[in-house]
Amino acid sequence: MIQYVSILLMLIGIYGLLINKNIIKIIVALNIFEVGLNIFIISVGFVSGGVAPILTSVNNSSALIFVDPLPQALVLTSIVIGLGTTALALGIARKMYTTYNSLDLEEIGGINND
Amino acid sequence: MKIINIVEIVTSLLLLILAILAVSSKKMINSIIYLSFLSMLAVVSFVIMRSPDVAITEAVIGSGLVTAVFLFTLLSMKKVGDKK
Repeated sequence: MIQYVSILLMLIGIYGLLINKNIIKIIVALNIFEVGLNIFIISVGFVSGGVAPILTSVNNSSALIFVDPLPQALVLTSIVIGLGTTALALGIARKMYTTYNSLDLEEIGGINND
Repeated sequence: MKIINIVEIVTSLLLLILAILAVSSKKMINSIIYLSFLSMLAVVSFVIMRSPDVAITEAVIGSGLVTAVFLFTLLSMKKVGDKK
């Protein structure tokens, strides 16, 4: 159930990247795409009926059914790298606002702007 | 039907509704608030899939730090939230 919802979240994020012209809302759509991708990678390693891969005094045998801990380690890195890319994109957007006094990509223009 | 299936269905519907609202809202500040709510719902879906450490990291970074960086960027500009 949650896998198909995460695929739909990625499609909504791509749709928001295509239709928006405000630079802040483009970065918000990129974050929506990233959340959907993280949920999809976690749902790949999910085993039905498994327990969390943490050794405690109650779950101390390796004969139980665990979920796969390798996508979780990768998604932990992916969340932190997403914070870094968001901060870099917002820094570039603020510098663009102080140069052109606008956040709309139609008003900024492109290579033909004087 | 167990209670976790009901929680999963409600979380899935709220994720889709908040994503559509965050993409199609007019003001920038509403879009950022909807993105913060969507990260909080993603924490619930991580707990359903038995990955509590990823849920804690998403709760701290996705709902806290990313929203704070967006809000400080908007406050450093002059016209906050009124430009389409």
